[in-house]
Amino acid sequence: MLLSNQNILSTKELTKQDIEQILDTADSFKEISTRVIKKVPTLRGKTIINLFFEPSTRTRTSFEIAGKRLSADVINISGSSSSTTKGESLIDTARNLEAMNPDILVVRHKYSGAPALLSKFVDSPIINAGDGSHEHPSQALLDLLTIRSQKGELEGLKVAIVGDIRHSRVARSNIQAMQTMGIKVCVVGPPPLIPVEFKYLGVEVSHNLREAIKDVDVVMVLRIQLERQKQGLLSSLREYSNYFCLTQESLDKARNDILIIHPGPVNRGIEISLDVMESKHSLILNQVTNGVAIRMALFYLLLGEKNANPN
Amino acid sequence: MQSTLLNAKDISRAISRISHEILERNQGAGNIALVGIRTRGVALSQRLRDKIKDIESLTVDHGVLDITLYRDDLTQGLQKPELKKTEILFGLENKHIVLCDDVLFTGRTIRAAIDALMDFGRPTSVQLAVLIDRGHRELPIRPDYVGKNIPTAKSKRIQVLLNEEDGEDKVVIQEHSN
Amino acid sequence: MQTLIKDGHVIDPANKIDGSFDILINNGKIEAVLPKGKSSIGKIKDVKIIDAKDCVVAPGFCDMHVHFREPGHEYKETIETGSASAAAGGFSTVAVMPNTFPVNDNRSVTELIFSQAKKTSLVNIFPIGAITNGLKGETLSDMGELKESGCIGYSDDGKPVMNSELMRRALEYSRMFDLPCIQHSEILDLTLGGCMNEGIVSTELGLKGMPVEAEDIMVFRDICLLRKTGGRLHVAHISSGGAVDLVRQAKAKGLPVTCEVAPHHFTLTEEACRNYDTNAKMSPPLRTHKDIEMIKEGLRDGTIDIIATDHAPHDLADKQVEFDNACFGIVGLETALPLTFKLIDEKVITLQKAIDLLTQQPCRIFNLDKGTLGVGKDADIVVFNPNTKYIIDPQNFKSRSKNSPYKGWKVRGKVIHTFVAGNSVYSAPNI
Repeated sequence: MLLSNQNILSTKELTKQDIEQILDTADSFKEISTRVIKKVPTLRGKTIINLFFEPSTRTRTSFEIAGKRLSADVINISGSSSSTTKGESLIDTARNLEAMNPDILVVRHKYSGAPALLSKFVDSPIINAGDGSHEHPSQALLDLLTIRSQKGELEGLKVAIVGDIRHSRVARSNIQAMQTMGIKVCVVGPPPLIPVEFKYLGVEVSHNLREAIKDVDVVMVLRIQLERQKQGLLSSLREYSNYFCLTQESLDKARNDILIIHPGPVNRGIEISLDVMESKHSLILNQVTNGVAIRMALFYLLLGEKNANPN
Repeated sequence: MQSTLLNAKDISRAISRISHEILERNQGAGNIALVGIRTRGVALSQRLRDKIKDIESLTVDHGVLDITLYRDDLTQGLQKPELKKTEILFGLENKHIVLCDDVLFTGRTIRAAIDALMDFGRPTSVQLAVLIDRGHRELPIRPDYVGKNIPTAKSKRIQVLLNEEDGEDKVVIQEHSN
Repeated sequence: MQTLIKDGHVIDPANKIDGSFDILINNGKIEAVLPKGKSSIGKIKDVKIIDAKDCVVAPGFCDMHVHFREPGHEYKETIETGSASAAAGGFSTVAVMPNTFPVNDNRSVTELIFSQAKKTSLVNIFPIGAITNGLKGETLSDMGELKESGCIGYSDDGKPVMNSELMRRALEYSRMFDLPCIQHSEILDLTLGGCMNEGIVSTELGLKGMPVEAEDIMVFRDICLLRKTGGRLHVAHISSGGAVDLVRQAKAKGLPVTCEVAPHHFTLTEEACRNYDTNAKMSPPLRTHKDIEMIKEGLRDGTIDIIATDHAPHDLADKQVEFDNACFGIVGLETALPLTFKLIDEKVITLQKAIDLLTQQPCRIFNLDKGTLGVGKDADIVVFNPNTKYIIDPQNFKSRSKNSPYKGWKVRGKVIHTFVAGNSVYSAPNI
């Protein structure tokens, strides 16, 4: 077995060894994307289905490119064009797709646990590409790869995650994965966006951005969504920005070598200022590049495992 | 039970001879490049490069190829594919590429290596240098430079040990393979 | 034709009977309860003997909170299949909630339920009428008409009566009819979009939580209203330890409040929702160990009056979906007895007390002449073996739906016979 699970549903299920292997493999794959011919024949004849029930351009494209660089056939099925809008259940859709013998299903869904539900009904490996407010494991892995590429080691680092922790699958995946790798995590934001239960997940909780990022190695800024105001979780975006927008000013106490990452897409000027986003600290574009490598590694490791046990 | 086929001296002589053959055939070191196939082909290619430098006082381009992604048995689960980096930091155009590997057996590794190489560019020619040729080809591939031909039974296992990887130089044959 | 249930251990809290007795049934009524060996069977001609050796014989259980889905959602359950499930669980009497389609908020629906029950039901069915028309929480139902047609209580169960003014008037008006108002206690503003208890598990799973305060506040509000209005408040399926405390305090002040607990709220916690098991999705949600401990305390000291199952059948199509989209609830009739045995095994309550919570107490609250083995009463009787151990398999349920989180549980306490008005309505296979 290459990984301890046949599915990638959450980072919680990944061991330290799993994560190291994924990062190492992804490191090797980075080189392929720099070639003139950006393709290797490894997964020739394999079929990957991107099953996206929630709109996404970046993540879907990243998985698609990853599959294609490994010569797999990648099919995209989006929520609007899928049959679930016609009353067909998620399980029926997945079973129908499985009858076409795909080798991997990549699933994005607006409800937490939907990929876990699917995994009970289909045999193909499933990669969770983001489910509700639950997890987004490939994002956390690419964040770790981005940090490791800069810092060399993960163990002992300190990371602050700023923003809408309550609804963030990126935060949940990162908290689990980072803790597995020995990183100390602090979550930062207004109390309505950080459920009190987060302290039981072993993270520090702060409501003061400047203080929280004073001695961290990395600050991860999350996208803030306007609809939170309607739900009564935010007063206004203006006030949110006053307290939690990452600006040059808010970085004045921070370390000189602080790294800034953001899962995107960015609301410039709301959670992060333009100058910070484009500063030398920002690794936002590295994250996108690393995303392809991470997803190549996941495909490679999952399919290697599947075929390691031929009947 | 194992017996030694080549000792350190034999290996050194073979490398020396192959270096001369490469230079002779390509009329000098001007437009050749060496590419080692992971893992032990890399050490061999480095030794050839060093030898050629001794002879010609010229350092030729050198690269490393991991053919894992090009294997035809990857998804048959024959072994745990351990992926390492490929490093070819020079253009292949107008170069005579000498692929280096320790043992030539079925030819499938070389097939994969040629495929991998072609994804990096269009060399003038591709040549093959191996320390041991043990026969039993399954593809129409033949080496241009051979350290030693060792006809063996298919079930036997030939093992090349090199200083860089194993701490000693020798070639052994396992009489009873498991 | 007479029936004699012989050699059993009779427990009948209503008549303070606890010992070895034989029960003679004649013409659907209890003819006599005779000390063991005193029955002169020889003299009685044409008697059917039921051997209750090693078994407990008790009044048939009464579940004051079930959903039988008829009319409207017969694919989930009907009165016929629901009553078969009840009989298999040892229940001879059930009260069906009004959230059918159409809603039981008027005489014609109540009459339809009675006529269907007469045709198809194995057990006694008593309807509960809606508090508000269409369960919409806007206008009071005709509570008088509902009582006259046979309803035994009022509830908007499935939903709370959110409007405080309306709840106040419901408690006031229902006084005229001396029937309880049964509240599903949940402040909807706090639970909007929620699908499980708010806590560490919901946080990890990324599911919207339903805070326990949503239940506590509603129970507190209703108790406040009750002080003013009189009337009778019955708190349905209490799941919060805090709500148990509130009921205890209200009772201490002499307020006419009662409450029930469902077996899943004293056997399971929010942990059951991990892995997104939709059979652990219910409303009110499964809470925490602390809540279970406080519920057990409430059972011990009598704060909690009855055990009711909140039997909520759902088809696979309503459960085999995303957790957010799954229906709330589980089937409960056929697991109630073995789960209650967990309380007995943990020494929370005695077997006698458990039977009391399932027989005499519900009938007291709902003014039913049931739940007793008194001579001359309807011969509604359950015979169960307390020591039979088995593994729960929902596929064996008589209910049309199999949505139960108890699959694979090792339990004890098995119903052997259920009688309704002297007729055997259930006998365990292989007996």
